[in-house]
Amino acid sequence: MNPTLNPIIRSFSASLAFPDSIEHSHEQRRLPVTQFTEDEEMVRHAARHWANEELRPFVREMDNEGKTRPEVIQGLFDHGFMGMEIPEEYGGSGMNFTSACLVVEELSRVDPSVSILVDIHNTLTNNAVRFWGSEELKEKWLPRLASEAVSSFALSEAGSGTDAFAMKTTATESADRSYYILNGEKLWISNSREAGVLLVFANANPSLKHKGITAFMVDANTEGVQVGKPEKKLGLRASSTCPVVFDNVKVDAADVLGELGLGYKYCINILNEGRIGIASQQIGIAKGCMDIAMPYLNERTQFGTKLADFQGMEHQYAQIATEIHAAEVMTYNTCRMKENGIPFVKEASMVKLYSSQVAERAASKCIEWLGGVGFTQDLLAEKFYRDCKVGSIYEGTSNIQLQTIAKRIKDEYR
Amino acid sequence: MRKILVPIKRVIDYAQKIRVDSSKGGVQLKNVKMSMNPFCEIAVEEAIQLKEKNKGAEVVAISVGPKQCTETIRTALAMGADRGIHIETKPDVRGDYIDLQPWAIANLLKGIVEKEDGVDLVLLGKQSIDSDCGQTGPLLAGLLNAPQATFAANIERDDDGSFTVERETDTGTETIKLNASGKPAIITCDLRLNTPRYPTMPNIMKAKKKPVETISLEDMVKDLGLDLDEVLTPKNEVVEVYEPPPRKEGETVGSVDELLSKLREKGLVA
Repeated sequence: MNPTLNPIIRSFSASLAFPDSIEHSHEQRRLPVTQFTEDEEMVRHAARHWANEELRPFVREMDNEGKTRPEVIQGLFDHGFMGMEIPEEYGGSGMNFTSACLVVEELSRVDPSVSILVDIHNTLTNNAVRFWGSEELKEKWLPRLASEAVSSFALSEAGSGTDAFAMKTTATESADRSYYILNGEKLWISNSREAGVLLVFANANPSLKHKGITAFMVDANTEGVQVGKPEKKLGLRASSTCPVVFDNVKVDAADVLGELGLGYKYCINILNEGRIGIASQQIGIAKGCMDIAMPYLNERTQFGTKLADFQGMEHQYAQIATEIHAAEVMTYNTCRMKENGIPFVKEASMVKLYSSQVAERAASKCIEWLGGVGFTQDLLAEKFYRDCKVGSIYEGTSNIQLQTIAKRIKDEYR
Repeated sequence: MRKILVPIKRVIDYAQKIRVDSSKGGVQLKNVKMSMNPFCEIAVEEAIQLKEKNKGAEVVAISVGPKQCTETIRTALAMGADRGIHIETKPDVRGDYIDLQPWAIANLLKGIVEKEDGVDLVLLGKQSIDSDCGQTGPLLAGLLNAPQATFAANIERDDDGSFTVERETDTGTETIKLNASGKPAIITCDLRLNTPRYPTMPNIMKAKKKPVETISLEDMVKDLGLDLDEVLTPKNEVVEVYEPPPRKEGETVGSVDELLSKLREKGLVA
């Protein structure tokens, strides 16, 4: 890379690779990827405990009502789950990416609607602010994001999902360059009903096509920001997914995240890593299903035999458990690659693709194994089945993941 | 209040299935998940709550065991304890009554209490879930000639430094007062005392920076002027460890009449 490139371009490198700095010590003892540090184990344990004690009692009710309880969201902030990687000086938890993914996995095991809120907030908004925000911008927004403001990642529109760069929301610069006026309508925006902060992508210079796309930090209370009615969805029903209209919304120039016109790069880069978080969510879903089905199989008998002891059943749950294990190892390996500055774009796509497929298979199989009762709302299995489906859709559809992987594979062989 | 000491024990996690290792005369410990004794967690929580009510109080977590005990101590630090003391034993020394027993622990703790100086209170779990002795607290009180209350369900500290403790017994609740005596009050904690907090993320990070002093059992024993053989030789010998006999399968009956006739058959009702 050209060393004279401006600091903003160099700062993406924060999330890209420095292969030369990796030590190749052949004598050094390597631990398995699934062996976490003492702190990470404490994080997992605390998240699991909170999810089982403070979240589980409300899961069915929140799904039925299509709303996340405010006390649950407050609990997320109180326990530090909302500022996992935000440094302590901004009021965050000062932890690493793996810890954030562990929290997402443990929360997903109980309620994926709540884990998606935590995942988007940590891996998309908070990290984008940390990577590309100026010191002033970080000081203004990170403390709020760590302690009280839920955030949304406002990228998609009716006409631009996978083709994100086709967005029509505009940002018009004022004559004195001190502010921008945003106009447009975003669609499918998660967390938007609860959000205090929105990271909004708008085009400040449509003549430059995607190179005009700019990222803006917007307070949800700003005049002109209108959050519409939530979509009625198949799954993740407690997670609000709403249209958000920007009607002449005034945003200070100081609230431009990073540089004008680099928004397209930021959103690609941040989504590349955000999808590792989604993989953690899907693994949590798969494990959550097994948590329901396996005790049942060990208890229920037919023809004098425990269901778990029928060979046909053994073969099925062995297969599913193997796939969950593979997804887990892949995902946490990718976390370590990212933490060590090793290029991970291909692997991140692989883990999101695969984990969402595994979650879907696991959820479907678990309902079959549970039989009639699995098909009722008496158990949460049917909820996991509905919740997992969006895994192959959001944060990059499975088709896009396949494209991303294919491109890299063929380049490796050229 | 100045110092609250909380001895904590690393035991087999309460949710783990226990398997008897007949060759070793104990239970299997290899690759088994370990965690802080639940009653010790309650003691740590109580100590933190007292610290929050009494500014300036210091909570010291102490554990005797192999090097993995530092994880247990870190959990206490993440809950809010200020520092830790780890008395490290060799890896093959068992804490579940086979090697280390309450007498040894109580003697070590007595030495630490005297060394630390300014200890107002020692909070312990009422018993550990591996050996279930319930003796360490009372033995420590005896060795120190200090006031004690066991099975605490509620603890109040009065301004004069005395403690009013509600004790749970099999026949009901008893309230006793531990007078300020210049000796630390020794209180063991029961289930209903409190609900232990789980560490928040920032507290887990803060725990990394809190000091933990590690000292080998041998050095600690020497420091305290005790005899190592004395300490390590158990007062009680474990003769046998065996699994309870498997529960016999029950019978399903079709009606209340059938139930009554079966009960009469077995001579369980007239």
